[in-house]
Amino acid sequence: MRLADTLRFARDAATGYPMRTTLSVLAMSIGVAAVVILTALGDGARRYVVGQFSSIGTNLVIVLPGRSGTGGFNPANAITSTPRDLSIDDAGALRRAPSVSRLAPLAVGTSEISFGGRLREVMVAGSTHEFLPIRNFELAQGQGLPDEDWNRGSPVAVIGATIREEMFGNTPAVGQLIRVGDRRLRVVGVLKSVGQGLGMNTDELVIIPVALAQAMFNSNTLFRILVEAKSREAIPEAKEQVMEILKQRHRGEEDVTVITQDAILATFDKLLGALTMGVAGIAAISLAVAGILVMNVMLVAVTQRTGEIGLLKALGATARTIRLAFLAEAAMLSTVGALVGYLLGQLGAFILRQVFPVFPAYPPDWAVIAGLGTALGTGLLFGVMPARRAARLDPVQALMKH
Amino acid sequence: MALIELKDIERVFQLGDSTVHALAQLNLSIAAGEYVAVMGPSGSGKSTLLNLLGLLDHPSSGTYRLEERDVTTLSPDEQAQVRSQRIGFVFQSFHLVPRLTAAENIALPMMLAGIPAKERALRVELALANFALEHRADHRPDQLSGGQRQRVAIARATIMQPALILADEPTGNLDRHTGDEVVHLLEGLNSSGVTLVVVTHDPALGARAKRQLIMEDGRLKQDSAHAPG
Repeated sequence: MRLADTLRFARDAATGYPMRTTLSVLAMSIGVAAVVILTALGDGARRYVVGQFSSIGTNLVIVLPGRSGTGGFNPANAITSTPRDLSIDDAGALRRAPSVSRLAPLAVGTSEISFGGRLREVMVAGSTHEFLPIRNFELAQGQGLPDEDWNRGSPVAVIGATIREEMFGNTPAVGQLIRVGDRRLRVVGVLKSVGQGLGMNTDELVIIPVALAQAMFNSNTLFRILVEAKSREAIPEAKEQVMEILKQRHRGEEDVTVITQDAILATFDKLLGALTMGVAGIAAISLAVAGILVMNVMLVAVTQRTGEIGLLKALGATARTIRLAFLAEAAMLSTVGALVGYLLGQLGAFILRQVFPVFPAYPPDWAVIAGLGTALGTGLLFGVMPARRAARLDPVQALMKH
Repeated sequence: MALIELKDIERVFQLGDSTVHALAQLNLSIAAGEYVAVMGPSGSGKSTLLNLLGLLDHPSSGTYRLEERDVTTLSPDEQAQVRSQRIGFVFQSFHLVPRLTAAENIALPMMLAGIPAKERALRVELALANFALEHRADHRPDQLSGGQRQRVAIARATIMQPALILADEPTGNLDRHTGDEVVHLLEGLNSSGVTLVVVTHDPALGARAKRQLIMEDGRLKQDSAHAPG
């Protein structure tokens, strides 16, 4: 039988039993749609988190006080019970490191802000003028913190978009005097609204000079030091130099933890990538189930059409012709199912993106290819057995069932 | 020239513990162009004989020569080839594919044989005209009368221009009038040179054949060609 005839015959056979065909196509399409949507969700989550992390800055090396316990028991910990704090001078010393392009110390606390009788609690970040560019923050109005001696602490503040709206409403904020804690500060700038970031909501942040923040919270420790390396390649060197300088300053003790943004990113990337794979695996099970259903449907088809198979044999069909016809039918069912499922999945992902605009729910290419491939593969694989059974039927027995 | 030569044919079925001799010690020769009726009570082995002649079944022993070629030793695919090219079947219950139109049913053997669509269309058109089915070409079997269905089946059986037509109770599901029409069609084919073997219960139909074979218990009880007197 010619290929075109085989395909046409298989198509007519499939459309000749609409219920059976619809059900198996539906099962296959649900399987593929599940793969597409679930991987879109998983990969969307990965991209969302990675995107959030990237937005905190580029080529960042973050210094935090204290030794994170990855090295097991450290004899130094037994002697010095509490780690040495990070100070503004520590941060200043890091400027000597050749691989560091700029850096910003960060002290954090909560305080109250008030203006014109309005009062609310806010997160206060004490830092320097390089904090905004390092964190990729942009100003909507005014300017950032002044470039001045880190220990001086002019009475100025940069406020987040939500704070500006709540405290000032429609009146201009830049130039106004506000009270933060027990200090009177002049608003010099307003941040652009960026929405929720990792860790803190920058729209509800008040940024003031680091010396002022330390005085306000009556402490001389830093929460973090944000260091920007000169380039992506310079990150490991920068990390090493930072570590070395701080070790010297802390009498040879490694009592700080230096983490790189890359390492965090890579960890999250790997973690969420594994999650996506796991979800894809679960979805693949539904594909296998769909494949078995196609097999079932084809087996029923063979039983239903035993008489027809006998007739075809009597009319001169070889076993190969019959095998091919049934295999073509199984392939068609799973192909149509896979395509319908792909479209359904893309539609689902599209709806997800419409409902959650921040969430980049795009199915990854590998998942789409693997999903379609598995669908066609299982369809064909599970089509082989019924096709062979059909081809092996004894023509006399088959004809009697007509 | 003998078209069909059966020699010492045995066909044994295993039914549980007992063995059934559906055909036993069968020797038969049918010449090209003959018109043969096979008759006998139910279970006499006449359907088994027909299946055997049509290469749908294998003898347990013995040889079957079709056109002087031993076909019992052929592979299943080679037998399919012989069925495709040399043998046409007409069944009691028509055996049309319900989802295909009359024209598609007639074209089915050509499609299976891999004949190009263009040639198929030409030959189907001719066959439709020959069997007075021009206006039924696009009708599916359930839209056709019994007589029309059997005419479609006969058109299908002859479309590959076989040497042998095997008809199993071709009028069994038809009333007398349409049955006669169908018999005339088959006899017309026979007079154009095609060998016709008809299995039937109907003595009237059997009597029309030029040669009658009476089967009983898997044996050839009587062959009018070798009738005494």
